[in-house]
Amino acid sequence: MPINYYIFLSIALFCIGIVGVLTRRNAIIIFMCIELMLNAVNLLLVAFSKMHHLNAAVSGNVTAGTDGQLFVFFIMVVAAAEVSVGLAIIVMMYRNIHSVDVNFLNRLKH
Amino acid sequence: MKNVLNIVYLIPLLPLIGFLINGLGRKHLSKGLIGIIGSGTVLASFLISVWVFMQVKGGNTYVADYFNFINVGALSIPFAFQIDQLSSIFLLIITGVGFLIHVYSTSYMHEEKTEHFGRYFAYLNLFVFSMLLLVMGANYVIMFIGWEGVGLCSYLLIGYWFKNTEYNKAANKAFIMNRIGDLAFLIAIFWIISKAGNVNYGDVFAFAQGNKFTATDITTITILLFIGATGKSAQIPLYTWLPDAMAGPTPVSALIHAATMVTAGIYMIARSNILYSLSPVTLNIIAIVGLATALLAATIAMKQNDIKKVLAYSTVSQLGYMFLALGTGSYVAAVFHVMTHAFFKALLFLGSGSVIHAMGGQQDIRKMGGLNKYMKITNATFLIGCLAIAGIPGLSGFFSKDEILAGAFSQKPFGIVLYIIGLGTALLTAFYMFRLYATTFRGNFRGTHDQEHHLHESPAAITIPLIVLAILSIIGGYVGVPEFILHGAHSLKDFLAPVFAGSYQVFEAQGISHEVDHSTEWILTGVSTALILIVVVFAWNKFSKKPDTEDAAGFGKVLANKWYVDELYEKIIVRPMNGLGTFLNNVFEKSVVDGIVNGVGRLVNYSSRQLRLLQSGQVGSYVLLMVVSMLLFFVFQFFLRK
Amino acid sequence: MIPVLLIAIPLVTGLAAFFSRNEKLVRSWALFSSILTLAISILGLTIFSDAKYLEHHSAWMSTLGSSFSVKLDGMGQILCLLTAIAFPLIFISTWHSSYKKANNFFALMLLSQAGLMGVFLAMDALLFYFFWELALIPVYFLCSQWGGEKRIAVTFKFFIYTFVGSLLMLIGILYVYAHSQDHSFSIESFYKAGAALGHKEQTWLFWLFFVAFAIKMPIFPFHTWQPDTYEQSPTATTMVLSGVMVKMGLLGLIRWLLPVLPVAAYSWGNMASGMAVTGMIYASLIAIRQNDIKRLVAYSSIAHIGLMCIAVFSENKLALQGVMIQMFNHGINIIGLWIVIELIERQFGTRKLSELGGLAQKAPAMAILFVIIALANIALPLTNAFVGEFLMFSGIFGSNDITEYNILFTVLAGLCIILAAIYTLNMIRKIFYGDTVALTANVQDVKLSEKLALGIIVVLIFWMGVYPQAVLNITNDISDSILKLSDVHPMLKK
Repeated sequence: MPINYYIFLSIALFCIGIVGVLTRRNAIIIFMCIELMLNAVNLLLVAFSKMHHLNAAVSGNVTAGTDGQLFVFFIMVVAAAEVSVGLAIIVMMYRNIHSVDVNFLNRLKH
Repeated sequence: MKNVLNIVYLIPLLPLIGFLINGLGRKHLSKGLIGIIGSGTVLASFLISVWVFMQVKGGNTYVADYFNFINVGALSIPFAFQIDQLSSIFLLIITGVGFLIHVYSTSYMHEEKTEHFGRYFAYLNLFVFSMLLLVMGANYVIMFIGWEGVGLCSYLLIGYWFKNTEYNKAANKAFIMNRIGDLAFLIAIFWIISKAGNVNYGDVFAFAQGNKFTATDITTITILLFIGATGKSAQIPLYTWLPDAMAGPTPVSALIHAATMVTAGIYMIARSNILYSLSPVTLNIIAIVGLATALLAATIAMKQNDIKKVLAYSTVSQLGYMFLALGTGSYVAAVFHVMTHAFFKALLFLGSGSVIHAMGGQQDIRKMGGLNKYMKITNATFLIGCLAIAGIPGLSGFFSKDEILAGAFSQKPFGIVLYIIGLGTALLTAFYMFRLYATTFRGNFRGTHDQEHHLHESPAAITIPLIVLAILSIIGGYVGVPEFILHGAHSLKDFLAPVFAGSYQVFEAQGISHEVDHSTEWILTGVSTALILIVVVFAWNKFSKKPDTEDAAGFGKVLANKWYVDELYEKIIVRPMNGLGTFLNNVFEKSVVDGIVNGVGRLVNYSSRQLRLLQSGQVGSYVLLMVVSMLLFFVFQFFLRK
Repeated sequence: MIPVLLIAIPLVTGLAAFFSRNEKLVRSWALFSSILTLAISILGLTIFSDAKYLEHHSAWMSTLGSSFSVKLDGMGQILCLLTAIAFPLIFISTWHSSYKKANNFFALMLLSQAGLMGVFLAMDALLFYFFWELALIPVYFLCSQWGGEKRIAVTFKFFIYTFVGSLLMLIGILYVYAHSQDHSFSIESFYKAGAALGHKEQTWLFWLFFVAFAIKMPIFPFHTWQPDTYEQSPTATTMVLSGVMVKMGLLGLIRWLLPVLPVAAYSWGNMASGMAVTGMIYASLIAIRQNDIKRLVAYSSIAHIGLMCIAVFSENKLALQGVMIQMFNHGINIIGLWIVIELIERQFGTRKLSELGGLAQKAPAMAILFVIIALANIALPLTNAFVGEFLMFSGIFGSNDITEYNILFTVLAGLCIILAAIYTLNMIRKIFYGDTVALTANVQDVKLSEKLALGIIVVLIFWMGVYPQAVLNITNDISDSILKLSDVHPMLKK
């Protein structure tokens, strides 16, 4: 499959994520949208990694392109950590203001 | 080179030691001891000065170089003394008259507390020290040290009774007006340094004689020096401090504000005579200013009623005379008049002190009168002083004044004008002096009974200086008997010839002659003497019969108020300056300078308050901002950047 | 060795002073330390005056091209001597003033002394900047902790002002550093790098440096922090500020501006002098109308420093030597004035001229000492300031060619001599003369410790006034070398 398909899918996912973050007020949905953007990037990384690997394998370089996939693991680890911290924050937020609407989080303004 | 004259440093050093002893020990020494130290040191200086005078009689000049005062790069200013004919004459006047006044003061100031008595003598000694530095210095910087030093002492002594605010203000005024002149003097020194690279008299004069100064340079330098002299020697426009300076004790007025310090300007110009001779423009200015001052002060003196104020204006007027002499190139006459004036004006001031002492502090001549019956010696000596200053033949003032007038007459082309105004001033002088004398000593006593009861002749410490000065006022003129009366009798002229030799050469080269026909001179002298005698007799008669005790009216009021010059200065200088100061302090500094500074601070505050609005607290808006900026960055990076 | 000791002694003793709780002990400790520093400074002038004792170089941040190089040249000798004399005088004269948390007070004073010494000695631009800040920070705390009522606002202003100046200077330093051939902060490579820059670059660098130094001196219109700070600071700090710290700016001009940026200094010197002379007249006129003694002296100080600034830019041997000696004299004189003002304020709780009067009757010693110092401050001959002002004026007037600028500056600056006489004499009259008022009826004369401090000052005044040559000889060589480095005529010929 040409790389273009992966790129367009990834862009689509990323844009959905951005629009979601910008428009939604529910913290959990925003959170999910962020994950969506991260995964769009992951997808792209994996796709390019595969492409480079195939191209390089012809010339006998078997390890080429693997670092892209390494990054994906990094991102997944970070995302997992983020989820745990982020969800904890959201829980605390709900306990305090009985809502997960981010527009209530404007107390720093004053 | 070792020379016996090297010990001339003792002349100023002794009064300085006296100052230190009296100043530091004023609480511990007795009055007698203070008086002895104060007078003794000056007497010792006088004796050395006499010896020095003998040494330089042969016409030699000696420069005693002690140490490098300032030595930077090419400029070297030694701490050196120059002993020649001119300085030795001034040394004699300063230490001689100074000694008499010290003796006089031991009695006059006796009622002061010991502490203040000591302070007084310390100041007097310091003054003598500074004055000696002034005349002995071998370069303009040492002269300037003495120049400011005498100004300081004058300040300290005018404000001697420091509890009186008015006296302190007079002291401040004297110092500040002198400083205006001093600034001009300083700039002249800088100018000389910058052109001649040196301030030693010998080098500067040689430089000038070699015609190495341009005409502009020399004119500017001499005018600046002259402005310096107008401050110290109380000439227009800086004369108003001198009458106010009468706030000081009377012996101080005699020593500083009549006999010595105020003649410093004359000394300075006589010392720099070469420079002045090379600059005819300046000489004319000096003559005009001198004459104008002489006339102005004489008119004011006619309507003053304070015995010391009359003498003060008379001093200003006589100083104007001396400047007239300088301006007409008769340097010898100026120095001559300095000398005779020192005698008779010190005598008059000390006499007035004796009167004030007897009157219990009263200085208004309208409340005196008939004192001749109570104070024989004071009366006689005061009369001699008045006769001398009026220019009665045979007394010292006659000779010096006559020489000045003859010098003015010889000036071309306006000599006759100068002469007439000069003579008019002399007549005014005779008039107000005899108005003063007659009102004070003749007629009937007009003071209170209490005062009359206490009237007495002063003690010996006061009368002896009076007698000595009276004798000097009579015989002092015979060192300068004019050529037309007795050939070769002007010993002062011969004595001073080496000092002015350069100027005579210059005058000769310019074709200027100060010679007047002997017959013309006889006529001039005859006319002036006759007129003066008439005025003297008129004033004596008028004021011993009916003293003018009423307040002046009409034009007299203008004169009594000193032509309102003080008020004018107050209006055009003091008040605008204070106003400007207040404006700068209250308005400009606070609103403009500080305003800009605080404005910058306020701007920062304001803009941060505005920028804070961007922080809406809406998470969504932050993200939007982030996305938009990233997009813009991409657009810029990929499409716009070349 | 000597320069290291001069910095280390106050630094170490200052840090140690923080740990004492005993006020008496810490006071004596500070005095002891400052006298020790003075002794070292005098040793550097006399026994150890050989060049090898007066220099020290060691590695500091060698990767950056900066080293710890300190050196006592003629100017350093004079200014370090001034600093070393000033601090004992300050400690002696304020012996009877009490401070809360005295240990911190004296520790900070000693730290600022270390900073000042460092500024005067540093021969490395980064080190110079470092000490410049080190001197500033203790003073900030001194003013803000022990100052008067408005101290917070005033010290804030002071800090912002000087900090802005420092940053501008830092930019300038970094720029010159970046253009130095061997990437070094040492003063020699700065001299080379600066002189090689073009006129345009030199011009804006000139203003960066000049503004930094002008704020410190201060020069009109950057002066408004100064009267406020002098007024609000504890007097001991004011003495440091006005007596010693303003000399940092002058030293900066002489050592770090003229030789580094000679062309710009030559072409913009008249402009800078114009600002200084405006400030002189401006400050003098304001001083005449001041009622607060501290503010009066503060404004008079602006006038005096302005003259030194003009003299520096006249780039002339006489003027430069005048500045050298006058930096010392001004420090001594103004500390003397502050000592008496501190006495007056401590006794009567006021500094208003209108509320004082007649002190000379009951306190003659105070009056005499104050009058001598005040008259020295207005440059009466045979006092120290006369020598300095005379040399500066004759230098400003020009030793070779007289231009309109020379005459203008001389005359305008000369007017300030007259104005100085007016405000000084009025101040003396209003404080000491006249009759006593209720407040001053029971004045006490100077105590022994203050008499000692003032006596030393008076002796210095006359010594320097009668025989200034001793000091002029010390600074002779450095003046020559500075002038040689900043002479633009050989560059113009090329």
